Amino acid sequence: MKKFAYFPGCSLEKMASSYHKSALETTEVFDIKLQELDDWNCCGATTYFHVDQLLAYTLVARNLALAEKEGLDLVAPCSACYKNAYFTNEYVKEDPDLAEHINFALEEDDLQFNGNIEVHHLIDVFVNDVGVGKLKEQVKNPLKGLKIAPYYGCQIVRPRKNGEDVEDPQYFEDIISAMGAEPANFPERLRCCGGSLIMTSRVAALDMVRILLQSAENNGAHVIATACPLCQVNLECYQATVNEEFGTDFKMPILYFTQLLGLALGISPKKLGIGIELVSATPIFSKLLPKEVK
Amino acid sequence: MALKPSFSTEISNLLYAAHGSPINSCIQCGTCSGTCPVANYMDQSPRRLIGMINADLKDDVIDCNTYWFCASCYHCTVRCPADIDIAGVMYAVKRYSIWHKTYGEDLVGPQFSEAFVKTIVRSGRSYEPLLAPSYMTHFGPKEFFQEVVTASKMMLKGRIPVLPPRIKRLDNFKNMIRKIIPLGESS
Repeated sequence: MKKFAYFPGCSLEKMASSYHKSALETTEVFDIKLQELDDWNCCGATTYFHVDQLLAYTLVARNLALAEKEGLDLVAPCSACYKNAYFTNEYVKEDPDLAEHINFALEEDDLQFNGNIEVHHLIDVFVNDVGVGKLKEQVKNPLKGLKIAPYYGCQIVRPRKNGEDVEDPQYFEDIISAMGAEPANFPERLRCCGGSLIMTSRVAALDMVRILLQSAENNGAHVIATACPLCQVNLECYQATVNEEFGTDFKMPILYFTQLLGLALGISPKKLGIGIELVSATPIFSKLLPKEVK
Repeated sequence: MALKPSFSTEISNLLYAAHGSPINSCIQCGTCSGTCPVANYMDQSPRRLIGMINADLKDDVIDCNTYWFCASCYHCTVRCPADIDIAGVMYAVKRYSIWHKTYGEDLVGPQFSEAFVKTIVRSGRSYEPLLAPSYMTHFGPKEFFQEVVTASKMMLKGRIPVLPPRIKRLDNFKNMIRKIIPLGESS
């Protein structure tokens, strides 16, 4: 069994509880244990960095220190949490001065961080630790007939982390193919959903969501798969507002990739948190051929 | 007499981990503006903003909405041929405007960010209902109603927590933060 320190992040506590559930269910199939960090704190998303950089890195480093104490690498399912954790980890490793400042503050919680762990996004665990081949072997209900738009979004891919392809990544498509589904051609797959602009610059964000939904619909996608709670909420929960503002009629289900993978692995929809969507996901079940997943 | 640093130097100094990508290496090619998904909504495009910083047009830079409309998607950053972390520059100008309290009053971004950080400092975790006033007070009646409808639907599906979450070792956590910034504890 492989074990990771799991940093769910604030969104997964409630707003994205289905991502949390489906992450645990699907990793278990591959004998991977996501052990939730005890007493983790918010990673700050983008906002800590608007106020103070040292504060931002320190608050993120507290979570890294908690993982290091357990001797485990950290896994984050949210792209914003992942980006923050990844770069804080890298900066602490390469900048002893920053590390010293951070550790001076971490002392207050009897913690210190030495940069001895690695940070992964949940999707990396499936791509690298499980591997697409192994993933395919475990598929019991291939999602035949389903066309899934792979929505990478921003912060999984950017900024560039380790020399990876930031313009034409393929791992999301590979995972979708392994599920037995067809990855939709989705030209806007790397385009931003607006993130927190949905609250701070609403007009811009609603238009950004509209462009993504339109691109998926134009390319015949039945559902958009996401790997980030912010993307999910913007695309799904604000879909009705987009329809109202732009006179569109989108009914595009937005599911986490772990929920779709879970269905392919034969896990029941309920265990995957399916049923709390604002845009119903049931139409996708009728697309599944030849055997329905119930 | 010590020389007063120029505005562009001040902003450059706010870029931790700029890793040898000073703003003044900008060649004004416009790749950032062509890439930016929010550029249409900005007063000044990212390319122009960098040009304005380099020309030390401080007031014009601070007055525009550009940097608060940056969604931190880093598309410009990965494409910049001069290796400037443009999203990082936007962060630097945001910090500058928060510290100096010089941002435009109609901007929601800075108030949302401050409300967010205050929520974390108080409880260690984010809680949406406490953040809502920071942006909803800026909404017109229509947007306000739309937001209430969206939030109600999410609540009915159990997607909004009733009670604010808080971490266990909150005292330690606050002491940790006090070592970095003052918490304004007269209140």
